[in-house]
Amino acid sequence: MRISITFLSGLVFGFGLIVSGLVDPAKVLGFLDILGHWNPSLAFTMGAAVLTTAIGYRMAFRRGGPILGGTFMVPTLSDIDARLVGGAALFGVGWGLVGFCPGPAVAALATGSRSAFVFVLAMLSGMLLARASDILSASALAARAAAKGGRQ
Amino acid sequence: MLNLDANTVLAAIVGGVLIGASAVLLMAMTGRIAGVSGFLSRLLPPYSDDEFPVRLAFVAGLFAAPLVYAAALVSPVTIEVTSNVPLLVAAGVLVGFGAVRGSGCTSGHGVCGNARLSPRSLVATCTFMTTGALTVYAMRHMLGG
Repeated sequence: MRISITFLSGLVFGFGLIVSGLVDPAKVLGFLDILGHWNPSLAFTMGAAVLTTAIGYRMAFRRGGPILGGTFMVPTLSDIDARLVGGAALFGVGWGLVGFCPGPAVAALATGSRSAFVFVLAMLSGMLLARASDILSASALAARAAAKGGRQ
Repeated sequence: MLNLDANTVLAAIVGGVLIGASAVLLMAMTGRIAGVSGFLSRLLPPYSDDEFPVRLAFVAGLFAAPLVYAAALVSPVTIEVTSNVPLLVAAGVLVGFGAVRGSGCTSGHGVCGNARLSPRSLVATCTFMTTGALTVYAMRHMLGG
């Protein structure tokens, strides 16, 4: 049941990307061209999506837990750090270079776009790279802590 | 300067409501944030839990959307990409790396996080909108790309 609902959610999300035009990089680049020839239509999409989610989440959270059981898994981090801002900054540069972000890129795969295929492969490599660098820095920290501990 | 007609705005709003409805459905039923980069990146090893099938289901739904949409409306979904392969690779790596470092993308921060008024998501959204706009400006109006 969780799997079918999650599939349905992905499907509806994809319909939203298609209907709004977010799936089309040409349109996204027009939206990001705020300082040039701005095409603001996707601002309505972002606004409608955020508003719908804000109202729906509020109703969902009132129930105290998800209908299919378990707990609401909502991020609890609150620090605004260099990692968050740096990551978002790099993400924006990549987004602005081509006009694909992760959701539209995956949806665009099924349109048969070879560009989407190349982009998604590169994106997965970037994700692996970020996860690998996290693991390396975590083990380096652990090693340093262990070395420190050994000296005391 | 602004090229907008009523149909385009209507489609933009309907699309946004669908995206929001998808996020609400997922949260209300399963308690999860509809964050595409989170689902995608955790399909890659190492695995810290057994949620692989759930993540795959969301990504599969997203992938199936243009096929179902085209079959229902008897018209294929078309997109326009003008970037060359080196640019696609560079942009893909930046988007993937940046989304994992920044703990989210346009969906997780831009839609779900902002809807919860999460300060981290507001900062992330303003940041990627700014660097995205500056990148498009540089590519289109300074480099003439």
